[in-house]
Amino acid sequence: MKSFDYQRAETVEQATTVAAGKNASFIAGGTNLLDLMKLEVLSPDVVVDINRLDLNAIEQTDDGGLRIGALVPNSKLAADARVRQHYAVLSRALLSGASGQLRNKATTGGNLLQRTRCYYFYDTASPCNKRSPGTGCSALQGQNRLHAIIGASEHCIATHPSDMAVAMQALRATVEIEQTDGHRRQVPLQDFYCLPGTTPQRENQLESGELITAVHLPAPVEDSYQAYRKVRDRASYAFALTSVAAVTQIRSGTFSHVGLSFGGIAPRPWRDTEVEAMLLGQTPSRQLFEKAADRLLEEAQGHGGNDFKIPLLKRTLVAVLSEAANFGGDA
Amino acid sequence: MSMDEPDTRRRLDDMAQGLIGKPLDRTEGHLKVSGTATYAHEWAVADQAYGVLVRAPFAKGKILSIDKAAVLAMDGVLAVIDDDRLLRNPAQGTANEAPVQGAKDVVYLGQPIALVVAESFEGARHGAQSLSIEYDADESVAIDPEASDAQTEKPDEKQFSQGDVDQAMQEAAFTVDQVYRTPGHNSAAMEPHCAIAQWEENQLTLYGSYQMLKYNRNELADSLGIDAEQVRIISRYVGGGFGSKLGIAPEAVAAAIAAKELQRAVCVTLSRQQVFEAVMRRSETRQHFQLAADKDGVLTGLSHVSLVSNLPDETFAEPVGQATHFIYGGENRRIGLEVARLNKTCAGSVRAPGEAVGVTALENAMDELAEAAGIDPLELRLLNIPEKDPEQDVSFSSRKFRQALKQGAEAFGWEKRQPVPGQVREGEWLIGMGMASAARVNVLMQSEAKVTLSADGSVIVETDMTDIGTGSYTILTQIAGEMLGVPMNRVETRLGDTDLPSASGSGGSWGASSSGSSVFLACEDLREQLCRKLDCQSADLTLKDGQAIVRNRSHDLVELLGGESLQAVGIIEPGETSENVRQATFGAHFAEVAVNATTGETRVQRMLGVFSAGRILNEKTARSQCYGGMIFGIGMALTEELLHDPRDGHIVNRDLGEYHVPVNLDVPQLDVILLDERDDHASPIQAKGIGELGICGAAAAVVNAIYNASGARVREYPATLDKILPYLD
Ligand SMILES: Cc1cc2nc3c(=O)[nH]c(=O)nc-3n(C[C@H](O)[C@H](O)[C@H](O)COP(=O)(O)OP(=O)(O)OC[C@H]3O[C@@H](n4cnc5c(N)ncnc54)[C@H](O)[C@@H]3O)c2cc1C
Ligand code: SF4
Repeated sequence: MKSFDYQRAETVEQATTVAAGKNASFIAGGTNLLDLMKLEVLSPDVVVDINRLDLNAIEQTDDGGLRIGALVPNSKLAADARVRQHYAVLSRALLSGASGQLRNKATTGGNLLQRTRCYYFYDTASPCNKRSPGTGCSALQGQNRLHAIIGASEHCIATHPSDMAVAMQALRATVEIEQTDGHRRQVPLQDFYCLPGTTPQRENQLESGELITAVHLPAPVEDSYQAYRKVRDRASYAFALTSVAAVTQIRSGTFSHVGLSFGGIAPRPWRDTEVEAMLLGQTPSRQLFEKAADRLLEEAQGHGGNDFKIPLLKRTLVAVLSEAANFGGDA
Repeated sequence: MSMDEPDTRRRLDDMAQGLIGKPLDRTEGHLKVSGTATYAHEWAVADQAYGVLVRAPFAKGKILSIDKAAVLAMDGVLAVIDDDRLLRNPAQGTANEAPVQGAKDVVYLGQPIALVVAESFEGARHGAQSLSIEYDADESVAIDPEASDAQTEKPDEKQFSQGDVDQAMQEAAFTVDQVYRTPGHNSAAMEPHCAIAQWEENQLTLYGSYQMLKYNRNELADSLGIDAEQVRIISRYVGGGFGSKLGIAPEAVAAAIAAKELQRAVCVTLSRQQVFEAVMRRSETRQHFQLAADKDGVLTGLSHVSLVSNLPDETFAEPVGQATHFIYGGENRRIGLEVARLNKTCAGSVRAPGEAVGVTALENAMDELAEAAGIDPLELRLLNIPEKDPEQDVSFSSRKFRQALKQGAEAFGWEKRQPVPGQVREGEWLIGMGMASAARVNVLMQSEAKVTLSADGSVIVETDMTDIGTGSYTILTQIAGEMLGVPMNRVETRLGDTDLPSASGSGGSWGASSSGSSVFLACEDLREQLCRKLDCQSADLTLKDGQAIVRNRSHDLVELLGGESLQAVGIIEPGETSENVRQATFGAHFAEVAVNATTGETRVQRMLGVFSAGRILNEKTARSQCYGGMIFGIGMALTEELLHDPRDGHIVNRDLGEYHVPVNLDVPQLDVILLDERDDHASPIQAKGIGELGICGAAAAVVNAIYNASGARVREYPATLDKILPYLD
């Protein structure tokens, strides 16, 4: 670990000001940042501790949704009665991630910004475009069981590992960001992450010094079926090989709301609005689900070790939608 | 005493204190749960500096130069050590001499090549990560043991043949001819490897985490070029070994060299990543089985030919066929072993070398034979238990193999198994049952202990045996307490220090029976000494609760000692019973699994192991060993796999986040039945090794159950969902 300056921010403004324009990292729970620093994958000059900031609340918003402070721990968010009742998909996704100890430390903001688990990213002796732009991608011809089948580029095939973000995207969440000019903007989660393209080192819309202050969830979808189906190599404490988050509603026998989001398969929590549109207004049937899955996977590409994710995702999506259909609604 | 004759006296059964076999808590348990047991890293040696090993960033070649100056100029850095004595990899178990030295010749990526020492651990780590080296990389890196151009060797002594297997295959009513593969494994012990070296003049004290101190002392001395008398190793508590701490390792030699150079104590601890890439791995295996059976399912031929790997010039080769020699009968036999020379982390002993993977694949093949022959898998095993060793004209020592299979089947409800796969479904889950036999060779090793009966009637046991979390402290205390008639809290057991008499060490499951026998023998001697005072025969002396009872008269032990303390040394040595009978432990595994019909995910639902391993010294610690073995089996079956980069061979899943050992949720209700047994040939305490038995075959029970549940026949471990998916509708 390289030596660094440690600064504790007392206000949001102070945090962004201290960090702006520098090789700085905010530290929240530290469950990802510290590992990366020990391995010298990240070597910030300044570590800005944001744990004293007043971003620890889960509040009702005027439009009937929730505002989740960036420092709300994963365990607290998962246990919140409102979340469990109206946003069950989020609670389940959180509880499927990491371990009890990690969830106690991990924060909402930190979880959104956790880095990929690509083995080569964590190994400074291996070429990696995300870690050292221009050195090449070791995973492409290497071990890539964990890697992306959709949305990747020849420069990087890493996946975003978060479960929480997948569920939030299915709920159509937005990210609240404090800019360095003191203004706040909100970005829909589906626009927050970047695809790797030729610049896999850039992962999201944050500019230097910008701080995530909260995540907003819209008002809950009534009578919705909500599920988070995570497929993984062991029963707990493993990242998703594929995951499906679903928030659906059926009225008069047809889908009246479809929110789908996928994890473990792409550089970001994946959403395909065309697939959602294919389902919306339709009568649920196995045939329809298979067509939707085929559409989702139309451009999917395996890299050897992760080929299995293509049939796996199809099977998982069809199973989740079948369950959603059986859940019914007022039909 | 040399174990030349079976000891049929079964003296422990005559004792009166009532400690042996009891499920007693670990005597050191409270220290561990309260964080006060001192592990290697925790010795508060004054004024320590910290060293971090530097990792070779390439797989093969030569280091030309190291730019020490830049790192030495860093804040707090004290030294950069690239001494020729640094180790390339750890010593193999019982090597008793230095392993390969000269870290500048690189043979695998991750090899330690230098040590950076600094005032702080963080400073040393940064220095190690920053050290720039110039090297000449050799591109001809060998990674895949099955590659057509792989260099392989077939050591003569590892090939066995009897009769004609090929002909047996031709004439057989039923055959199996299949290849099974197991990946590399890491011991993944919780406590990372660590050594703190401290010199006083020319005397070295090393606080380390090692399993076999008498060998480790010689290995360390030989590595440093000093006399063994100059070395003292202290390993009071070891946070898991599983083979990974059998031999002296790079951190110890590096710490000793640095401490000498700096004239200051130096602590070198491996990071988790280094524990994966610079500590022994279990070799991957390719195992070709040919089984031939007659129309009744009786084996007529058996061939087990394996390919394993290791670094160039390492003699260890995973002894895959070790138990295939004796578990089942069959006239015609062939057991072979081939070793490929690769540039991958050194291969060595990991959790039951040989049987863990060898019995497992054998038991998969037997499952396939049962199906081919239309015989119940349990029945097939029972049919093929040989009367005598099928290769040598010797009989078995104690062997409750048949009983383990039968009792296990009954306790598990094996008769409920549906013979045709894929018949039982609960919602989205396909349910199935599988079983496997367990077997492991039994070994006795030389071991010495000193026992003192103090004037106040308390007892001190001293030996340099280690307790690697297995319960050595507890069982040695029990044996002394039982033999000398004192309660547990009157016995103090001192272990893990080369200043004490040399023990067998922990490894090969031989620790308890070997070191236990030495303590037993020392206690027998003490009993004789008491008999002389009482003028009686040992058989007439009862010792219980500090009283010596002879011919219905009770004498207070303290009075009897009259202010004197007695001392005796016990030494056990393996003898003729190691040759003239076949000694092994046996058992049976049963598993029920659920395979998800959508995703192919497998969850083990319950598991039962029945084991026959001679006298059980402590039912609780023995049972815990078996649980551990069965859990390893779950890991081997479903998740554990060292992933190597296909180009440079380095281990890519170098932490416990990505190297998947089972977590709590993967482990269901486990049941263990320990059969009551005495093995008079094995040791004077009638005990055999139990530590590793639980893993042998366990994974096969799980994978056979996957087949029964889903029809997926997985022959490449681990049975991850991608290998099961193609079989699902
Ligand atoms: C062994 C292991 C297993 C895991 N398994 C899972 C799993 O199965 N599923 C899963 O989803 N996750 C898993 N995780 C990841 C875990 O969820 C993340 O490490 C955690 O959510 C990160 O949160 P943190 O608060 O600790 O972030 P930190 O480590 O503090 O920060 C992470 C990054 O976010 C930045 N950051 C933090 N807060 C803010 C903010 N408010 N604004 C701007 N930048 C910020 C930091 O600068 C840093 O770059 C696992 C982690 C480990 C170690
Ligand atoms: S997939 Fe991305 S993170 Fe992984 S090695 Fe390639 S560039 Fe690096």
